[in-house]
Amino acid sequence: MSLLNVQNLEVVYNDVVLVLKGLSLNVEKGSITTLLGANGAGKSTTLKAISGLLEGEDGKATSGTILYKGKPMSSKSPEKTVRQGIFQVMEGRRIFEDLTVEENLRCGAYTQPAKNFSTNLEKVYTYFPRLRERRTQLAGYMSGGEQQMLAIGRSVMACPELLLLDEPSLGLAPLLVEEIFDIVKKINKEEGVTVLLVEQNARMALSLADYGYIMENGRIVMDGKGSELLHNPDVQEFYLGLSHGGEKRSYRDVKHYRRRKRWLG
Amino acid sequence: MEYYLQLIINGLVVGSIYSLVALGFVIIYKATKVVNFAQGEMVMAGAYICFALTVQYQIPFALAFVMTLAFSVLLGLLIERMVLRPLIGEPIISVVMVTIGLSSILKSLVQVFWGTQIRVFPSILPQEPFILMGLPIAPVYIAAFGLCILLFAIFSLFFKYSSVGIAMRATAFDQQAAQSMGIGIKNIFALSWCIAAVVSSIGGIILGNINGINSQLGHLGLKVFPAVILGGLDSLLGAALGGLIIGVLENVCEGLARELLNLGGFKEVASFVVLVIILMVKPHGLFGTEEIERV
Ligand SMILES: Nc1ncnc2c1ncn2[C@@H]1O[C@H](COP(=O)(O)OP(=O)(O)OP(=O)(O)O)[C@@H](O)[C@H]1O
Ligand SMILES: [Mg+2]
Repeated sequence: MSLLNVQNLEVVYNDVVLVLKGLSLNVEKGSITTLLGANGAGKSTTLKAISGLLEGEDGKATSGTILYKGKPMSSKSPEKTVRQGIFQVMEGRRIFEDLTVEENLRCGAYTQPAKNFSTNLEKVYTYFPRLRERRTQLAGYMSGGEQQMLAIGRSVMACPELLLLDEPSLGLAPLLVEEIFDIVKKINKEEGVTVLLVEQNARMALSLADYGYIMENGRIVMDGKGSELLHNPDVQEFYLGLSHGGEKRSYRDVKHYRRRKRWLG
Repeated sequence: MEYYLQLIINGLVVGSIYSLVALGFVIIYKATKVVNFAQGEMVMAGAYICFALTVQYQIPFALAFVMTLAFSVLLGLLIERMVLRPLIGEPIISVVMVTIGLSSILKSLVQVFWGTQIRVFPSILPQEPFILMGLPIAPVYIAAFGLCILLFAIFSLFFKYSSVGIAMRATAFDQQAAQSMGIGIKNIFALSWCIAAVVSSIGGIILGNINGINSQLGHLGLKVFPAVILGGLDSLLGAALGGLIIGVLENVCEGLARELLNLGGFKEVASFVVLVIILMVKPHGLFGTEEIERV
């Protein structure tokens, strides 16, 4: 069953810059779906359009539909989307640096009834024991990895159905990236949280994800099962840095490939 | 000696009122980054409403007090809704200009309704001074100081432990991130204005009980600037201490100047002189945040 379905989404910033040019994607309930693409492709914009956070950036969804549980939900305010069960962990962690770790977690729990607080807190501390050790520390003094754990911890406090994760691996050492991804997987399995994961680290994301989309310049140019994309020669060449010899190809060829595939398929 | 002790006590009491008004100012600044030039006029509005209720409508003081607070909540909501919300996203300088306009409007309204002469509250506390360590202190002073401390304690607990208080601090740090938590930042803005209006009114009512009020009361807002800048624009503790320090400083300086040089009028400048000196040493104020830097 589809939990989130985006159709032909167009987003414009400042009334002039067209950033999403008819983007469509689908996220199955219970799955981990990943959205990959180069810098500036519009990945974060896509997530913000879903969560409603475009509002504060002078961005507007000018056409297209976003269906959540089969119902349209465009132009909702971010606090309403959080209450509906969609939670975005923003790019760059965005923790509240002059609040303590536990106060940050209380912010994550803002929309939840107070009686669930301690059980959810316990859950977060089980996923991230390091946060428990630092719970009275100012969040601004934590390492980048701990801050990312806190950012994900905050989302667990909100008990979302759909978790939008924007580049959780940003600036982290490979070992830590693995640890974070393991926990994302666990949250997906144990809490039944559906995940839409935006990543630069294509290899990690595709090996984790059930389904993947590759976007370029505001559109989806390729999609498929995670394992399929991982072994696709074009993806390997452009995103995983594996060369198959021959001259350098451009992204445009990927699109040709996609078209060819469509015609044949 | 006794003269100076008396000055210090006066300074602490007036300073605690500055602190209270500074608290309102800081809350608005933290939540919305708006420098509210109408803070002093919010003090005045509260004082006059309470005056009107107690003197003109003969409502018992306690009830009038509560009604004034309710009025302040409305005033805060109204200002946020009518004046500031439409300006969200506009340059901060426009918003600041609007608060200056707002201060003129509030002041004119007060003058229209109540004129410019000094109005005196009926005394609600006994006049008989308290003797503390040989010094006579008016009960109203003790009540004023106690009330300010109580309010600061309440707000400290509120910001430390309540969900909404923590959300307000989160919003002050990063509005968009706060939105992503499901925090309704417009409600937070409105709440900040309400709190600011309420504490200002309380400050105004206390002042009215001590000195009486006139339509120049809004100038108090100017005194709050050295207090908050001294304390660091975004620190509650800083507002509290900044207010007290300014209160004591201006009273002691005035007293010294009168005693030693036989000059008056130092009260108005003393605080600004000290402010300049402190800012040269600590540009973020005594308690202002310098950005956390991780290494
Ligand atoms: N608030 C904004 N106002 C104007 N343009 C914006 C805004 N935010 C993003 N853009 C533009 O939209 C395009 C897509 O940005 P977006 O942040 O969605 O990219 P991204 O795929 O997340 O990139 P990255 O991998 O670097 O995070 C970029 O060209 C960017 O300059
Ligand atoms: Mg991005």
